[in-house]
Amino acid sequence: MAECHPVGFQWVVEAKKRGATVIHVDPRFTRTSALADLHVPLRAGSDIAFLGALVNHVLTREADFREYVVAYTNAAAILSDEFVDTEDLAGVFSGYDPDTGSYSATSWQYEGASEASAAGSRDQWDEAGVGHEAGRAEAAGSGGAAGAASARPERDETLTHPRCVYQVLKRHFARYTPELVERVCGIDPRTFARIAEAVVANSGRDRTTAFVYSVGWTQHTVGAQYIRTASILQLLLGNIGRPGGGIMALRGHASIQGSTDIPTLFNLLPGYIPMPHAHQHEDLDAFVAADAGRTGYWGHMRAYLVSLLKSWWGDAAREDNDWCFGHLPRLTGDHGTYSTVMGQVDGSVKGYFLVGENPAVGSAHGKLQRLGLANLDWLVVRDFSLIESATFWQNAPEIETGELSTETIGTEVFFLPAASHVEKDGTFTNTQRLLQWHHKAIEPPGDARSDLWFFYHLGRAIRRKLAGSTDPRDRPVLDLVWDYPTEGRYDDPSAEAVLAEINGFGPDGPLSSYTQLRDDGSTRCGCWIYCGCRADGVNQTARRKPGHEQSWVAPEWGWAWPANRRILYNRASADPDGNPWSERKRYVWWDADERRWTGADVPDFEPTKDPAYRPPPDATAEDALAGVDPFIMQTDGKGWLFVPTGLADGPLPTHYEPAESVLRNPLYPTRQSNPVRQRYPRPDNPIHQFGGDVYPYVFTTYRLTEHHTAGGMSRTLPYLAELQPEMFCEVSPALAAERGLTHGGWATVVTPRTAIEARVLVTARIRPLRLGDTTVHQIGLPYHWGSNGIATGDAANDLLGIELDPNVYIQEAKAATCDIRPGRRPRGPELLALVRAYRRRAGIGEDG
Amino acid sequence: MTHSLYGPLPDVAGDAGYDHGHPPRMGFFTDTSVCIGCKACEVACKEWNLLPTGAGADGISGLSYDNTQALGANTWRHVAFVEQPATRPDGSVDALAAAGTADAVDLGMPTVGAPDGGVRWLMSSDVCKHCTHAACLDVCPTGALFRTEFGTVVVQPDVCNGCGYCVPACPYGVIDQRHDDGRVFKCTMCYDRLGAGMEPACAKACPTDSIQFGELDELRERADARLAALHDDGVADARLYGRDPDDGVGGDGAFFLLLDEPETYGLPPDPVVTTRDLPSIAKHVALAAGAVAVAAVAAFLGGRR
Repeated sequence: MAECHPVGFQWVVEAKKRGATVIHVDPRFTRTSALADLHVPLRAGSDIAFLGALVNHVLTREADFREYVVAYTNAAAILSDEFVDTEDLAGVFSGYDPDTGSYSATSWQYEGASEASAAGSRDQWDEAGVGHEAGRAEAAGSGGAAGAASARPERDETLTHPRCVYQVLKRHFARYTPELVERVCGIDPRTFARIAEAVVANSGRDRTTAFVYSVGWTQHTVGAQYIRTASILQLLLGNIGRPGGGIMALRGHASIQGSTDIPTLFNLLPGYIPMPHAHQHEDLDAFVAADAGRTGYWGHMRAYLVSLLKSWWGDAAREDNDWCFGHLPRLTGDHGTYSTVMGQVDGSVKGYFLVGENPAVGSAHGKLQRLGLANLDWLVVRDFSLIESATFWQNAPEIETGELSTETIGTEVFFLPAASHVEKDGTFTNTQRLLQWHHKAIEPPGDARSDLWFFYHLGRAIRRKLAGSTDPRDRPVLDLVWDYPTEGRYDDPSAEAVLAEINGFGPDGPLSSYTQLRDDGSTRCGCWIYCGCRADGVNQTARRKPGHEQSWVAPEWGWAWPANRRILYNRASADPDGNPWSERKRYVWWDADERRWTGADVPDFEPTKDPAYRPPPDATAEDALAGVDPFIMQTDGKGWLFVPTGLADGPLPTHYEPAESVLRNPLYPTRQSNPVRQRYPRPDNPIHQFGGDVYPYVFTTYRLTEHHTAGGMSRTLPYLAELQPEMFCEVSPALAAERGLTHGGWATVVTPRTAIEARVLVTARIRPLRLGDTTVHQIGLPYHWGSNGIATGDAANDLLGIELDPNVYIQEAKAATCDIRPGRRPRGPELLALVRAYRRRAGIGEDG
Repeated sequence: MTHSLYGPLPDVAGDAGYDHGHPPRMGFFTDTSVCIGCKACEVACKEWNLLPTGAGADGISGLSYDNTQALGANTWRHVAFVEQPATRPDGSVDALAAAGTADAVDLGMPTVGAPDGGVRWLMSSDVCKHCTHAACLDVCPTGALFRTEFGTVVVQPDVCNGCGYCVPACPYGVIDQRHDDGRVFKCTMCYDRLGAGMEPACAKACPTDSIQFGELDELRERADARLAALHDDGVADARLYGRDPDDGVGGDGAFFLLLDEPETYGLPPDPVVTTRDLPSIAKHVALAAGAVAVAAVAAFLGGRR
């Protein structure tokens, strides 16, 4: 966190000064470790074993926050007897189809409940075997997967029924012992005990523990399940919905949270509404019928979606034309970034926009990225400088090796300089869901323009070209409301006007809350969870009242979605009767005299719903949730320890090895890696399966404070470039001795994809790990460099292959295998020969 | 010249001739126990003061993450990265870690302040100390170096003639000449920003408040409290450096909280203003000159014998 989020880390420093214990679990010793009370190195890719053992520690000691667990989680729910755990099926859950490499979730249901699937993809889901079709788990929406409408499962509140979730969890994690942690992660039992005791001691009525993670958890073929394991632990300890608790996702760069809320993701619409599917969602009724969870707040899906359609298509969206639902794009399958790149290589994708993205350096398997770019008809790059993705036709490494030649690359590249954040108005939405307005300080230089300017005027140009068209397929573009007021020297569209559109309007002007949204066309809203960011027509995101002038929750700094709530599900900060769990952790509570919820934050609950409220059997939406159900986006209002539906790779997290690993999976010797991971077995994506000694070391990629991701914002700036002037690798003294690497000298790192060179930094901050009777060496590779700019070097991401998490299609960039040898890499075609020789020795065929 | 050259000096600006209305003495308190080595101070300093680049031209230094390496004419803030094998709780140094043949199993339990069994990583942002008794200023023949109304020490580049006398005079090795014309440059504590009521760029940019700017008296109180808190937490090696008005430079305007001996960070353990002995030198010189004169006269007289 100190390494990649130094500004956010100030709060950790402050917490530490106030007595917080900081434990840092990371393969490498970073700037964070330097300030932590305890640094715990572990093998990259082994976190589920570590977190699972913490879960086991809590369960075997029954150290869970029992009252919270019984009331607020699905621990008491009884599962169908059709469910079979990985522990009894040698590493797969019931419902696994080996032919498609996918799961059917029908056996993961509660007893008696005909559980349906995640919001937005239920039809696809039920057609199981759709394999890696798009829009599955992510389509579940912001509150996680919505469950069955009738999710009132049988419960055993003593938690003793053998098929209740609590007991199923207990059995599932029973083998996750400190000894397993030692063998899988390389953490000794004494250190593990110290962590487990610290976490348990710091949780309960009076205390809470927070987890903070970043891409070290997500970029794995089981990434979503890493977060799930932490969620289980935090729910068991009562650390969700309470101050000082939670699981914080540190996002990769500015406003990445914003670009998920109003998504640049192929399978989501704004506000985590799933993207409709071409064949299953032919009209709005079919879409909403399949999607709306019916109970919980997703029960208002129709209102959110109709308001979005009205926002986009205005008066053209009418009840008699299904509110232009037919204008929405449709999914036909996986259109994720890596599928798109394969499509480029294979010739089915012809054009590409790169906006603030440098895949030639920043994405996994750089060679495949560049071969894709070289096979396009046209490419538009909008960035601050000529990044490698804009100059690949000139200086890609493949030109030196002879795989590409400038003369034969047909891609027409348009480079359009972009304005920086100080050169435009707008908001950032970061980790804590806080929208913060930034004002333009200066005009952008030269031809640089804001993204708003680019897309608005591009839209105008396209609409001008299409004007008068009678082709129905042009209607979605021609019917768009595209009338933003412009301002300034360059006719920049007003960012305030865009924010106003996102906030939405009703018959009486600007909306103040998503609860005002209607499905009758009377309201317009560009993103339902952002509704209220311009409440009363005031830009709430621009508020900057200093902390010392308001309450400690600081509700008047910026605006947090939804409804300016600073902690989600904060109903859980009070006990079932509505009283604070403790004075020390008092946050939101039921005021019995006033008969309403009150407290330091905006209650994440209906303000007047009595804790004693119990829903009638036919209730829908939020009315179907009881006064003790804090997780209001879930159909049953409970936090899910066990996920009956909505995840592609199982209802519980289980340890699988990374796709490339140096270790046989000790839990399931016949099930090495996630069986439903997204794979691309093709000759240009060779993967090293477990075994042999050709690629004997683990490597992990990461960032340094001094540079920004793929370097487009730092390698060209002298003051930053000089601080970390070239590519290097970090190795332990022991590995340096084993491989003859010299401090300050050169090393070549080889994987089945390619080989790169790096200067060698021998450091005791990288430690070999002892796993039982084997020693595992890990190599650290910062990934900031490429061929352009002031600070240059080979790109670490070129080493990676492409295998993905099946829920969110993220690449496994944080754990893979390699060899390392002293000296610089060969040049030209000899580089290919070296990599090929390694592959041959490892027995990796040309089919990957 | 009436100002003293050694010992405590409560009103350094007053001593330099500013009248009673001058602002209080301003300073830096750099608390290295919360420094995360982000180098924002280095970058902010260079940006504000428009300093030339050039560090890192030869690639990585190999000195941990420190590619800047030292304070200099073009680097007025420098973050040191001290990477060391950890000392075990019983005080013994872990020989395995030290020898670089780390065996992961037996590296001992981590402790506060040395979070990892194998290594600890200290970071510290160094800067000109703005000494109470600044030898650089004392030896400057042109008056390019002067004491400001804030009690800081600043070079005027348009007055400096590049003689370089100040360079060996600095007990910390801070002040440095540019290679082209020999003029010296160093931290001004952002004199231009102070004049406009703003804090220096480095302190403004520091995300963890490792660099704190303020009135020196108040900073000293803050530092004493922080030191006491760390001692209470068992960080026994924590100490203040440059805080004591009785030290060899009369106390620093920019002082530090360190987690180990000053030498660990490359700082002199007991700096003394190099002009401390000027009066006695002058006296000795006068005596010596007198003796020479007497001898010479005697020689002449003797010659006449």
